[in-house]
Amino acid sequence: MKNTFKPQIIVFCCNWCAYAGGDLAGISRYQIKPYFRVIRTLCSARVDPEWIMEAFRLGADGVMVAGCHPGDCHYIGGNYRTRRRIALLRSLLRQFGLNPQRLELAWISAGEAEKFATTINSFVERITELGPSPYRKSVADSRGACASKEVVDA
Amino acid sequence: MPEKIKIAIGQGATCSGCDIAVLDLDVELLKLFEVAELTFAPLAADIKYKDVEAMDDGEITICLYHGAVRNSENEHMAKLLRKKSRIMVAYGACAAFGGIPGLANVTTREKIIDTVYEKTATTVNPEHVRPQTHYVSPEGNELELPELFEDVKALDDVVDVDYIIGACPPTREMNVKLLGVVVDFVQGKAQLPAKGIILASERTLCEECPRKKPEKVFIDEIKSVDYTRLDPEKCFLEQGILCFGPATRAGCDCKCIKVNMPCRGCMGPTAAVLDHGASCLSAFTSILKVSGSEPEIPEEEIEKLMAKVRDPLGTFYRFTLPKSLLKRVVQD
Repeated sequence: MKNTFKPQIIVFCCNWCAYAGGDLAGISRYQIKPYFRVIRTLCSARVDPEWIMEAFRLGADGVMVAGCHPGDCHYIGGNYRTRRRIALLRSLLRQFGLNPQRLELAWISAGEAEKFATTINSFVERITELGPSPYRKSVADSRGACASKEVVDA
Repeated sequence: MPEKIKIAIGQGATCSGCDIAVLDLDVELLKLFEVAELTFAPLAADIKYKDVEAMDDGEITICLYHGAVRNSENEHMAKLLRKKSRIMVAYGACAAFGGIPGLANVTTREKIIDTVYEKTATTVNPEHVRPQTHYVSPEGNELELPELFEDVKALDDVVDVDYIIGACPPTREMNVKLLGVVVDFVQGKAQLPAKGIILASERTLCEECPRKKPEKVFIDEIKSVDYTRLDPEKCFLEQGILCFGPATRAGCDCKCIKVNMPCRGCMGPTAAVLDHGASCLSAFTSILKVSGSEPEIPEEEIEKLMAKVRDPLGTFYRFTLPKSLLKRVVQD
């Protein structure tokens, strides 16, 4: 099971740092495991906690929020809000029965292509180890087989 | 005098506070019974389920269904009343969002039954008796009991609902307004409003709150309402009390706020919000105060700061767990 499991991971990247870092990682041809989808937001603080809940509802096995390093936020203090929310969301997700390690927060600057690659790779590894999200099953139950396809294609 | 309309009050998993809320119409009840007759209300009148089954489809003009749906009896009555009623109202927080009974979604049916029939200190059950849905007595009488569901659901998860009225329970003012809507419709003065949430504001409670609001709110230390002397003029958040005003729909006339109690979120989220709890979480995380400057605080300190919010699930989803995005707790 562990070997064949291909996780579905959502990575929210802020426009100014993490997304640019990801871009550079692509240009620099770093090898990254292809089990993640990037959603670009203007700031990591733009990622509403309910989007993270929605990602898990739709069957995501892991969610990462990546933004500028503390002190480097394009909007001065957005990432401070993000890290507060992620900290509390982790304890909320634990109560929902999810392993809080399924939610990750990363600081990646526009120049840190290598860090982008290693961060994603180690997150993919961690999620592969954790296995499919328990909510994935309930998605399949309630909406039939097409639901998981929708997540793959999205 | 046109024919009277027929009203039904259905009950699901409820504390019956909503029944009392209807009675709270007091003198307005006279107005209600001028235009309406009560056809089904288990708390107030002796009308059996079979009497409802004998009614024509759509015979009941308006049904106020209160309480969540969590067993087969609730579901049966919800479906039956839906069939017999022209207007179905999810009345009160439980029918609208799952409400307090919805917090049962943090556990499983198995665990609930184990607790009730086995694990409490005062339970004596040496034969490990468990509730049965079907039973034949020694005399040969067959008895049926409803089956408890795994998940608690809101009314509109089970049947088509015309109107949703939040609040725990709906206030007298809301009931008077609802009565007005019904009376106007019956007398042909006005059309019915569009389907959905009615008698509520599109804004958050904070915007209608009469308390003095500071420019910026910070919580120094989260306090309990039980052990704090509360200033009746100051914003609750400023006093360290988690008040759900920033994330909760207005329309309740600030009932709790006016008697010096913080909002607990029974009106549910505003229309733009998918998940009430996540919305509350956003609101609170930003206002917890840190000493020193935020950039210099290490991640562990932030985790400690956030750990001050005890039981985020039970607090943020107090009334809306079955209507939240994740709906229930799972096992990873």
